[in-house]
Amino acid sequence: MASQERKSTNQRDDRDEEVTEEAPPAAPPSDEATASTEGTEDLLDEIDGVLETNAEEFVRGFVQKGGQ
Amino acid sequence: MTVRRVMGTETEYGILAPGVTGANSTVLSTQIINAYAALQNSGSGQAGGARWDYSDEAPLTDARGWQMSRDEADPSQLTDSTGALDAEAVALSGRRGVESDLYNEGPLSTGVLMNMVLRNGARLYVDHAHPEYSGPEVTNPRDAVIWDKAGDAVVLAAARRVGQTPGLDPVNLYKNNTDNKSVSYGSHENYLMPRQLPFNRISSGLIPFFVSRQVICGAGRVGLGPDGSRPGYQISQRADFFEAEVGLETTIRRPIINTRDEPHATSDKYRRLHVIIGDANLSEVSTYLKLGTTSLVLDLIEHDAAPAIELSQPVHALQAISHDPSLQTAVHLKDGRTLTALELQRIYYEAADKHCNREGPPDDDTAEVLRRWGSLLDVLEEDPMEAAAQIDWVAKLKLLESYRRRDGLAWDDARLGLIDLQYADIRPEKGLYHRLAARSQMERLVTDEQIAAAVSEPPHDTRAYFRGKCIDRFGSEVVGASWDSVIFELPNRRRLQRIPTREPLRGTRELTGGLFDTSATAEEFIEQLLGAGA
Repeated sequence: MASQERKSTNQRDDRDEEVTEEAPPAAPPSDEATASTEGTEDLLDEIDGVLETNAEEFVRGFVQKGGQ
Repeated sequence: MTVRRVMGTETEYGILAPGVTGANSTVLSTQIINAYAALQNSGSGQAGGARWDYSDEAPLTDARGWQMSRDEADPSQLTDSTGALDAEAVALSGRRGVESDLYNEGPLSTGVLMNMVLRNGARLYVDHAHPEYSGPEVTNPRDAVIWDKAGDAVVLAAARRVGQTPGLDPVNLYKNNTDNKSVSYGSHENYLMPRQLPFNRISSGLIPFFVSRQVICGAGRVGLGPDGSRPGYQISQRADFFEAEVGLETTIRRPIINTRDEPHATSDKYRRLHVIIGDANLSEVSTYLKLGTTSLVLDLIEHDAAPAIELSQPVHALQAISHDPSLQTAVHLKDGRTLTALELQRIYYEAADKHCNREGPPDDDTAEVLRRWGSLLDVLEEDPMEAAAQIDWVAKLKLLESYRRRDGLAWDDARLGLIDLQYADIRPEKGLYHRLAARSQMERLVTDEQIAAAVSEPPHDTRAYFRGKCIDRFGSEVVGASWDSVIFELPNRRRLQRIPTREPLRGTRELTGGLFDTSATAEEFIEQLLGAGA
């Protein structure tokens, strides 16, 4: 999200004015960042293990009737 | 000038039997209700459920001052009896050939329950084609979280019971709002308000707030458009299913402001604002702020202190905001300004903060809602992804983005759709919200012990206490109940005793706890109650 297009939103409709934020310069990975990456990998590994098998079929099979 | 008021939540759960293609969802929903009844019976020897008393339901009364005729109404709007009977007939037909003890343990002679009133004061029932838990009335947003989560625990226990029942296929439940195939189901909130407030002031004050509050309490959704076929991610589960600004319907032409005027209380004093625009939340902070901030905005409206904001196209704005997780989209106001959802929320927050501090510091509940609301807006303004521990749509997006990065997945990849769906799986071992929470990646506001206690205990400070305790203590003599009544059938009285509970703040533990303590039987209880004129 760091290089998201940002639109100025003040007062009048000046949505054409677009400012692109520069991505911050890459910093050497800190211990914290490394730990966070490992944490994410670990999380995704865990979630791989609990996701239903055959995603496409499972999602297609989730058909509901109307509600409120 | 407080967040405290009578409020409550309702959740319709998505339901799926993964092993059965095309299973009838009404049949599956009745399995959930009857499984819960069976669990209750085996635990206490008490009857598991009372019939719902429909006599005070008025789903076609419009808060704007008129009545829709039954001929004009969509069949799904007739929630004051016939819909349930249809569902019952369907359920009965689906029951044939099922080798199951589930229906034989139910207390009713028909063997199939469509409705239960629970010991915690909630209602558990089959609504259209979904199991629905309507939580008991509470007085503050933190209790709303506790009894909302208790509902997840109730239906989880029921689903586990179905899974253990020979002859029945396992059933999964999802606390979400769409199947991504053009169908949506609701997660509603209710707020008690004074009757004298003109309804148009409520709707004009609320519409810009409801359009923008999704940035705090959206549940997130993979796919754009009602059928989710356009690839992408959006903030709200519900936004793409809304078509009108104000209206009576809840199942078709869904309106941002629902006008159903069914107060379930003394109707010349109160109205019940029935809010249908919310997403079902797993995050406790999102649920807490959904109820808390809405209650504060209602307080502003009641004191004629709501910000004067009019959106040019509210329905369009609702969807435009939902479709931009960067939160940069600005929407047009009638006065010519354009504002982002965060700017709209900031205006409401500042008005509420000023209003609540006008006569000195507010009560603790109010102060906490204001503090959390303001600081989350700060975080979202800085970097939305930093709110992943508090807000469902951010937590889900962060997870999806991690998968996209690792595996190079496009937004239309089925695995992202599965992550979206499974985020809402209510099973702690399968649900992705629950996996995140187990790793301390979701902020908790209440404890597992509080939630477990709320499965069987009603809130003590509303009439839900009276309702829940009647079921708990005298379940076999209670033949019917509703939000504003409890009906007893006693051997020593020829007629049914219908006890009205039309004042939501009466029937509390303080007012009726003594009666329960000193009555050994239902007869004694009714004698004391009628004698006391309570």
